[in-house]
Amino acid sequence: MAGFSYFPHTDDDIRVMLERAGVRNLDGLYSDVPADFIYQGEYDLPDAMSEQQVRDFFEKLGEKNTKLKVFVGQGAYDHYVPAVIPYITSRSEFLTAYTPYQCEISQGTLRYIFEWQSMICRLTGLDVSNASMYDGPSAAAEALRMAVASTRKRNKVIVSTKLMQNVLDVVKTYLKYPDIEVVFAWDVLDELGPDVAGVLVPSICRHGVIQDLTGYAEKVHEAGALLIEYCDPSALAVLKTPAEWGADIAVGDAQTLGMPICYGGPYAGFIACKQDYMRKIPGRIVGQSVDASGKRCFVLTLQAREQHIRREKATSNICSNESLMALWATVYLSLMGPEGLRKVNELSCAGAHYLYDELLKTGRFEEAFPGRPFLKEFCLKPKVDVAVLQQKLLDAGFFAALELDGYVTFCVTEKRTKEEIDALVAVVKEVAL
Amino acid sequence: MSKINDELLYSESHEWVKVDGNIAIIGVSDFAQEEMGDITYVDVPAEGDSVTKGEDFGALESVKASSELYSPVSGEVVAVNEELEDKPELINEDPYGAWIIKVEMSDKGELESLLSAAAYAEIAK
Amino acid sequence: MKYYDKLIFELSRPGRIGYSLPDSFDAAKTDAATDEHFSAKRRCICGAAPQQLLRQSKLDLPEVSEVDVVRHYTNLSQMNFGVDTGFYPLGSCTMKYNPKINEEIANHPLFTGLHPLQPAETVKGAQEVIDGLDKALAAITGMKHFTFLPCAGAHGELTGLMLMREYHMARGDAARTKVIVPDSAHGTNPASAAVCGLEIVEVKSGADGLVDVESLKPLLGSDIAGIMMTNPNTLGLFERQIGEIAKLVHDCGGLLYYDGANMNPLLGKVRPGDMGFDIMQMNLHKTFSTPHGGGGPGSGPVGVGERVLPYLRIPQTSGFHGNFGVMLRAYAYILMLGKQNVKLAGPLAVLGANYIKESLKDCYKLPIPSVCKHEFVFDGLINDGAREGKAGATTLDVAKRLLDYGFHAPTIYFPLLFHQAIMIEPTETESLETLDEFIAVMRKIAAEAAEDPDILHGAPHNTPIGRPDETTAARNPILKA
Repeated sequence: MAGFSYFPHTDDDIRVMLERAGVRNLDGLYSDVPADFIYQGEYDLPDAMSEQQVRDFFEKLGEKNTKLKVFVGQGAYDHYVPAVIPYITSRSEFLTAYTPYQCEISQGTLRYIFEWQSMICRLTGLDVSNASMYDGPSAAAEALRMAVASTRKRNKVIVSTKLMQNVLDVVKTYLKYPDIEVVFAWDVLDELGPDVAGVLVPSICRHGVIQDLTGYAEKVHEAGALLIEYCDPSALAVLKTPAEWGADIAVGDAQTLGMPICYGGPYAGFIACKQDYMRKIPGRIVGQSVDASGKRCFVLTLQAREQHIRREKATSNICSNESLMALWATVYLSLMGPEGLRKVNELSCAGAHYLYDELLKTGRFEEAFPGRPFLKEFCLKPKVDVAVLQQKLLDAGFFAALELDGYVTFCVTEKRTKEEIDALVAVVKEVAL
Repeated sequence: MSKINDELLYSESHEWVKVDGNIAIIGVSDFAQEEMGDITYVDVPAEGDSVTKGEDFGALESVKASSELYSPVSGEVVAVNEELEDKPELINEDPYGAWIIKVEMSDKGELESLLSAAAYAEIAK
Repeated sequence: MKYYDKLIFELSRPGRIGYSLPDSFDAAKTDAATDEHFSAKRRCICGAAPQQLLRQSKLDLPEVSEVDVVRHYTNLSQMNFGVDTGFYPLGSCTMKYNPKINEEIANHPLFTGLHPLQPAETVKGAQEVIDGLDKALAAITGMKHFTFLPCAGAHGELTGLMLMREYHMARGDAARTKVIVPDSAHGTNPASAAVCGLEIVEVKSGADGLVDVESLKPLLGSDIAGIMMTNPNTLGLFERQIGEIAKLVHDCGGLLYYDGANMNPLLGKVRPGDMGFDIMQMNLHKTFSTPHGGGGPGSGPVGVGERVLPYLRIPQTSGFHGNFGVMLRAYAYILMLGKQNVKLAGPLAVLGANYIKESLKDCYKLPIPSVCKHEFVFDGLINDGAREGKAGATTLDVAKRLLDYGFHAPTIYFPLLFHQAIMIEPTETESLETLDEFIAVMRKIAAEAAEDPDILHGAPHNTPIGRPDETTAARNPILKA
């Protein structure tokens, strides 16, 4: 056979192995497969490439993409990624390990997940977190299911339409098939009733406005439901925490904690809750223990909630999560510390407000939500042709002014410099009024 | 060889019942706790919930397993052994002392289909 | 591996920093500071938002230097075992080698810098990756098209079951709410069905470990949405009656779902579409060599045949386009394989499994002796060394002893059909020498057990920690620092 670098078998090896297996040739290994099902055709795939050909192939594809200066958020934020993170996360002991089922040789994974859980609890102020979820939107859907499982005989949830569109879409999908009623509402408190299990609200709305949740927890709890807050974990360095607002569960996407935007993934969702709901939380959880000689160690725990033991009665079907991305966030938060994370927010906030002011000065926008506080993302009401505006910005290398609910949305992270903002504003000024 | 308390009634799913007037006190047998190993958590209903004979009302958990608890009678839960929340190991230590729930029975006739200690001894081997 | 007992929080010293950020937004230029429209007040969050919206409590994150971070996580990594460390015969997990060119491509800034909402004309290369991967997976599986939204295998199952329901609902057949799952199925199958609002009907395996067609027949009816199967099943056995099963299920109006977790032995040999499956998920992190990352990120694209194709875009199960970075890796792997090497992938994986099985069946109980596919299951030791006053060695003991000898353990106590299950899957990327070393160690462990099972009871001895107290961890959970 012709060699292939990922298959170590020589012809002699194959001969020896076939002999032990008791079959005459490789086809003999499929003697139990009905002949009709053995694929006889040629696979419609390209010819095998060398490594250099593969590299060139992707280089060419990469060049077909346009590298833009990103001034849009909407669930994916172009924050700075410190050099240390990819360096650590590409260590093959982390990268090529499986889920830490054999804890004696997985203490590395187990410890960083424990640190991640701890950091998520510290950011949100809540008691319990898990090893991570697929992404923020699916975490939100799981939190709503959790609310239904945690309250008795309640089968309805209320979801704020102030949430980002992809959160709404995923929640709607997840809850369509099981018997859970979902009400989408702008003013969620108006929809409370005795059959409501949970209420999902954002801490920053889709238009970028920081939400004042005063009184929400009281009203939701009075109705016997759980309050679930969707938040940006990076912003929790400066914004009131879910615990401080009285929320029972917090969810969101940890992409803002140092993960590249990477065309939408991989990111990591997080979920955290009050102690009371610990047994209802989905997915893997790491706990601290000791080994036989008394050494501190970490293990997967509370596994009886999970699919591999509980099967159809599990709290969720989630198995793989986004472990390596949780490491990504954990290393990021370790580097940033409380001051660094605060600074990321200050810089983003300053840049966003500068852009906001400069855009208004061009006379091509009006304020959409005058006087409402925002952090790094905001909306404006355009007075110009949006398609022309967007095209001009694209031509100049900017991804900005995404259309949303009749407004255009912008986002500024600490990565965007004043020069870039000034250049963007200069392009806007070229758009005819 | 697991122990069997002669004064109790049993279900085929290894719950025991002690009858006190209209109240059924429910736990799990020595055989059940031995099969489970170290119990780490007992999932129980709330007071006021209704239970149905043959349907699950909770679960026992160990590190690597979970086992549903099936109600041997129908009725309303009038008490839950809250001590088990912090000390699930009580079931391992004293399965016939560590009751799980008390149920006010809606149909005492259901008791007739339960097993005597002698009949249960045939199953719990 | 060396034991290292720090948490990052324990390295924290007030005032130490590990970040490098500009001092202020306009540090480079000073004119903005004097700009009347850019008031100093609004440059900080305290100015931008009222006090009642701000964090009240102190944020207790570690305060450490960059070198602290690098050393800490390097030390942690050295307590971990990966595919790059050694042989990882974890059944049903397909721990094949993760090629390094995949990593290089997935980390290319021309892909990592793309925003998911960028206009189509600016992401043509990314779209070509997705389209190319779609075409390749369709060729390999016999499906028509794939959706790449699911981020893992179980996520794919859920998405696939949603498609099953969409299909029935569109036909006005919404009463089909039961799904048949074999008793040997992965735990995610019934769990995914439950999350999708489907009721699970279990079908028993026969003595030969295969779905018993006679047991299946009475379950089929107008309430059946479909059946979920993995083929080969979790015992590593090919469900040879799949043709008949497909016909029966289709005749009753149901659909066939293929759990692609066990697709590796069929790679280059058998296509699920040809077996009659309508919907399937592919675990790119198993069959297509992307790294498991200690439990994700994975990617679980869902493919459909003609019947279900109209509904493919309906379920929106993740936020953007799925785990694009994982797709890049899988596509690179497929291009390396090409139409030539793909034909050998499955057969070589199957060869390795049968080689190990035949080499160890005199020491370990082999409940089903027929030719296996990518994996097989032993039911514990033939001689576990049990004697008067001494318990024999269990599967757990064997697994832990393997760690002492530098191998990862197989999957244990799954499938649930056997009490002492040891499920071994070698994959096609392991050499004959590696398999021989593993076989020699497994034989040595069997001999140790026969001589004195206590040698195994105390294992592992050479790892950073010994066996943990999992009972106390579950009774009194400590879940954060």
